[in-house]
Amino acid sequence: MDPGVFMARYIAQRLLLLPLLLFIFSIFAFVIIQAPPGDFLTAYIAELSASGSSMDQAQIEALRRLYGLDQPLHIQYLRWVGRILRGDLGFSLDWQRPNAELISERLLLTVLLGLFTFTFTWALAIPIGILSATRQYSFLDYFFTVFNYIGVATPTFMTALVLMWLAFKYLGISVTGLFSAEYVDAPWSWGRVVDLLKHIWLPAVILGMDGTARLARVMRANLLDELHKPYVEMARAKGLSEWRLVLKYPVRLALNPLVSTIGWYLPLLFSGSVIVATVLNLPTIGPMLLRALTNQDMFLAGAIVLIYCALAILGTLISDILLAWLDPRIRMEGS
Amino acid sequence: MSNDPAPLLVVRDLKTYFFLDEGTVRAVDGVDFAVHPGQVVGIVGESGCGKSVTVKSVMRLVQRPGRLVAGTIRFRPSSQSAQRWPLAPDGTLDLAALDPQGPIMRAIRGGEIALIPQEPMAAFSPVHTIGNQIVEAIRLHQDVDRQTAWEWGVERLAEVGIPSPAQRMRAYSWELSGGLRQRAMIAMALACGPRLLIADEPTTAIDVTTQAQILTLLRALQEQHNMAIIFITHDLGVIAQIADHVVVMYLGRVMEAGPVEEIFLRPQHPYTRALLRSIPSIHTPSRTLLPTIQGSIPHPFNRPAGCPFHPRCGDFVPGLCDRNTPEPVPVSPTQTVSCHLYTGELHGEPIPDRSSPA
Repeated sequence: MDPGVFMARYIAQRLLLLPLLLFIFSIFAFVIIQAPPGDFLTAYIAELSASGSSMDQAQIEALRRLYGLDQPLHIQYLRWVGRILRGDLGFSLDWQRPNAELISERLLLTVLLGLFTFTFTWALAIPIGILSATRQYSFLDYFFTVFNYIGVATPTFMTALVLMWLAFKYLGISVTGLFSAEYVDAPWSWGRVVDLLKHIWLPAVILGMDGTARLARVMRANLLDELHKPYVEMARAKGLSEWRLVLKYPVRLALNPLVSTIGWYLPLLFSGSVIVATVLNLPTIGPMLLRALTNQDMFLAGAIVLIYCALAILGTLISDILLAWLDPRIRMEGS
Repeated sequence: MSNDPAPLLVVRDLKTYFFLDEGTVRAVDGVDFAVHPGQVVGIVGESGCGKSVTVKSVMRLVQRPGRLVAGTIRFRPSSQSAQRWPLAPDGTLDLAALDPQGPIMRAIRGGEIALIPQEPMAAFSPVHTIGNQIVEAIRLHQDVDRQTAWEWGVERLAEVGIPSPAQRMRAYSWELSGGLRQRAMIAMALACGPRLLIADEPTTAIDVTTQAQILTLLRALQEQHNMAIIFITHDLGVIAQIADHVVVMYLGRVMEAGPVEEIFLRPQHPYTRALLRSIPSIHTPSRTLLPTIQGSIPHPFNRPAGCPFHPRCGDFVPGLCDRNTPEPVPVSPTQTVSCHLYTGELHGEPIPDRSSPA
């Protein structure tokens, strides 16, 4: 079959599955968010009584009805999905603002930070993996191995805390957030962009360290598997120089399985790392999801989780397409 | 042909060792042989005798922990660019002294000496088309554009008998049958008109019918292009079909070498005789037990001292074969044997007449 026709059919098949998967995931998202006992009002009342004030029963019932919390679960689910289908992500009980507004406010910075982290991770991990594998058991390989173990074994929030402390103690600067104080609430301007670039690399490095270490390990292992295959020796026997042949053949084959992981980054780009973002006080979506979950702000949490799921499905789709495009054997299996 | 005064390749005292944590494996331990232009030299021996490592050493393809530790590999290059290479006065170049990754060695690999590997399936990259890989081979050694290289590639595929070659150029290796894949491999090896083709068990992974076709094809191409072939196999039948000259190897050493008729009709070394006896013959009465060589190949870390074959040899002379390593001695103008039965060390006795084996 012509590769173009095959790819079109392959993509169409995957796209047809999309609504079904989304439906299933929406149920999961809703059930999980409803799982803890109580609802937003219970949490709200508890908070009120903790601060000394209280609400009478009639007021509580009125609020329950207002937010539809008195309805059975399946009705609540249907209402929720119905609103989402009309493009309404719902209203945050906690923030008293539309969810769409809350999410979109933080979306740009989240995605930007995600892309920085992603680029940093791949740009560093792939060359490290290649160098380690082609110079197996050399000093360089051992050095990167130690570096990678540290990277994998250290919790990222820990790295974040240590770096924050070091920066504060020795440089006297605060590295939290993505902006300096004067730009936090300022409208977008050239100065704000520059300020963002000055701040974003540190969280990107912290967030990317763990991923870089893992990816470099996987790349090294994949490449070691490929380096002794007969096609590599054949390329050498043809007279190709070592670097050209390594990059053209085994690296290409070692990258193929990694391509299937690219899709996973999409939801991560959207959420950012929850704990690190909280520690570093980053204005991204992760900490907002955490707050929504602790406060049982279920419509906000539901909206975020649902978008997260949709991006996971989309990411997998992108991975599949990339893989089929890169690896002719997969196109063959499909046709 | 074999008496051509200017051999294409002369390998002397080649030693390639593998340095492992467990010890040193002397995979090739003092090998001598020569290849003349247009000659087919068959290297035969059991698995692990160092056949492949020998030719990989010639192509300088041995990777760590393996290393070429001694010997010379004098090769006579023919290409235009050879004018600029540091040739010896006799027009040869010692490949053993070259940087394996250097420009001269890379120009020789693929350009002057080409390889046909054992597994055509695994020797093509599965994610690049056949055409891509053949064009790459051509353009590494010839200054032509992509279009011309592609057309040459199609011609080569046609030459090795691949039907609809233009379409096959766009195919992936796994879309071809085993036989076609090996033909495509041969086409790629021949792409730059090498003077020496090294075929490393090229028919082992292929069924017998296809095997015969590939051998016929190789022989035809060899005559057409007047190229020399080093053909590695453990199959004496294949050697009889294709080789002019035979080198018998055991544990990294050459046991016996000579023209194919002499080796098959008048084998001198006890190992060669044992090998030939273990071939089933159509004249043997049925239900007769096929003779085998007693014992098994020693573990590479426990190489026997002296002659490597002595623990399995029927003619073993205690105190001599297990102490001294026999050097090759001529037993005819064209045949050499490495065995103490012929070295004259046997208590100064005259060399026993072994020309008519029992």
